[in-house]
Amino acid sequence: MNFYDIEKKIDKIEEKLKILKEREDIDKEKIKLIEEKFKRKIEKFYSSLTPYQKVLLARHPNRPKFLDYVNALFKDFVELKGDRFSGDCQAIVCGFGKLYIEKEILDFLKDKIKYPCLNKEKGYLQVCLIGQERGKTTKEKIKRNFGMPNPQGYRKALRVMKLAEKLGKPILTFIDTPGAFPGIEAEKHSQSEAIARNLYEMAKLKVPIIALVIGEGGSGGALGIGVANVILMLENSVYSVISPEGCSAILFKSQDKVEEAAKALKLTAQDLYNLGIIDEIIKEPLGGAHRHKEELFKNVKEVLIKYLKNLLIMEPEEVKKLRYKKYRNIGKFEEIS
Amino acid sequence: MFSFLRRKKEEVNSPLWLKCEKCKSLLFKGELEKNMWVCPKCSYHFKISVKERLYHLFDNHEYELLDENLVSVDPLNFVDTKPYKQRLEEAKKKTSFNEAIINAVGYINGNKVYLSCFNFDFMGGSMGSVVGEKLTRNIERAAKDKIPFICICASGGARMQEGMLSLMQMAKVSAALTKLEDAQTPYIAVLTHPTMGGVSASIAFLGDVILAEPGALIGFAGPRVIEQTIRQKLPEGFQTAEFLLKHGLIDEVVDRRHLKETLTKYIENLKYSL
Ligand SMILES: [Zn+2]
Repeated sequence: MNFYDIEKKIDKIEEKLKILKEREDIDKEKIKLIEEKFKRKIEKFYSSLTPYQKVLLARHPNRPKFLDYVNALFKDFVELKGDRFSGDCQAIVCGFGKLYIEKEILDFLKDKIKYPCLNKEKGYLQVCLIGQERGKTTKEKIKRNFGMPNPQGYRKALRVMKLAEKLGKPILTFIDTPGAFPGIEAEKHSQSEAIARNLYEMAKLKVPIIALVIGEGGSGGALGIGVANVILMLENSVYSVISPEGCSAILFKSQDKVEEAAKALKLTAQDLYNLGIIDEIIKEPLGGAHRHKEELFKNVKEVLIKYLKNLLIMEPEEVKKLRYKKYRNIGKFEEIS
Repeated sequence: MFSFLRRKKEEVNSPLWLKCEKCKSLLFKGELEKNMWVCPKCSYHFKISVKERLYHLFDNHEYELLDENLVSVDPLNFVDTKPYKQRLEEAKKKTSFNEAIINAVGYINGNKVYLSCFNFDFMGGSMGSVVGEKLTRNIERAAKDKIPFICICASGGARMQEGMLSLMQMAKVSAALTKLEDAQTPYIAVLTHPTMGGVSASIAFLGDVILAEPGALIGFAGPRVIEQTIRQKLPEGFQTAEFLLKHGLIDEVVDRRHLKETLTKYIENLKYSL
């Protein structure tokens, strides 16, 4: 059965249960039993998703997008636009926002923090936010180029990240893209150079960087804002060297080997955690990030603050060194004598 | 794999003669070989093997290979139409190299250089863990000794069979290049046919100086992917070395027969001298 069909079915049952619960003439205990049985079934279904079903979930139209996180987790977001050379790509949104923190965290950071980004009186951290935005409505999707950045987007991101470095603000990047845009203008402005430059410069930034994959991490286009001290993934997000569709076509020589390709690529958060590429998986509400958003945002904020807290008490040089070491050690090979 | 990147199979009617792709002249193979596989009539650049390229580049045709002990494993147990392990074995047999890149040290007109050279015949020059590690080691050596680093690129991109481990090599080699900045040491990239995808968007375009061979296809996305996305035909000469030069993306298009002299000029002007 198709993945989206199952989701529709779940919606229907949830609705029916709601109606049943409102009726006076039915035994409440009985409904509770049905509900529990139903919940177990969904749990079982979602815990046994195939990698390709996870890809579909990661691309789910209702899944929270970058700007939803900006609105839910940060206050007074200011957006900076344009790369100052040739344009503004709206598939990448950049700016700064306030992240309010609990008193306990504030007390911890107060004397140890190495970056001028903590407002002690009001209790918030100033953070740089960089994210890929796919949009939700058709109009928005077109405006956002379906989350596929042009070189101008990567260059804008670099400009803003360098500003964050100058001002001593930590950087949070949110990854959600099918990939960098493949187009004539994109090549003329050197998509390759734009991404490569970001990889190089991000390796040198003297402020903490945390990257979070919230949906689809599409290859080099995702990595272009993804070099970080800490790499996090949502439970049902994916991150891959190539889309399962592309892999199916190129390696499996067929359009319909997407399930096999997705499985072979080891692109789920669980796979990448086991490979040692990511640092932590953030739990999603049952049924995916789009079903109980408050719970999701709470989980995300908690994990982000946990890592920020650790990174913000490290010297800038140390943060840079640790990031270098992290990437220096990625790779699996053999040394024969 | 990457069939669109491969130049049309040379029409070989005889083991001794070859028809030029561009001007259709019938060429004697022995003569072509002496001419570094460049058509003497129209300067069309045929593919040249890694061995021949290094033979022509280094003084007295001498150089030392480094990091030959690094070999690929199969970290994902990847199987598509063939197991990855089998692909590796076949590539080794076909090329008599053990990976898609070689590291070398040698002299170019008396100037010591560390050089990495991709081998497109080995799984499309794709970058996996070993390619990333070898590049990183050669860059680290160059930085430590303050000796110029040269990378000759030819690749379809990241090695899909190693999944995200391959993608992360882009970040790894890019980070390694920052060490050359501390060492005030130049990196010269030479882009040859074809240089695409993850290799293009990391090591290739981070050259302090970027040279390219005439007619080489260079870009992030493959022409077919672009055509499918934008649903229009690409202009003539799109993504060629000449196109990139015109758009300010590279420094120079260099005929292979002049590569050694051109590299020498850049090296002697830019290298760490104290
Ligand atoms: Zn010719």
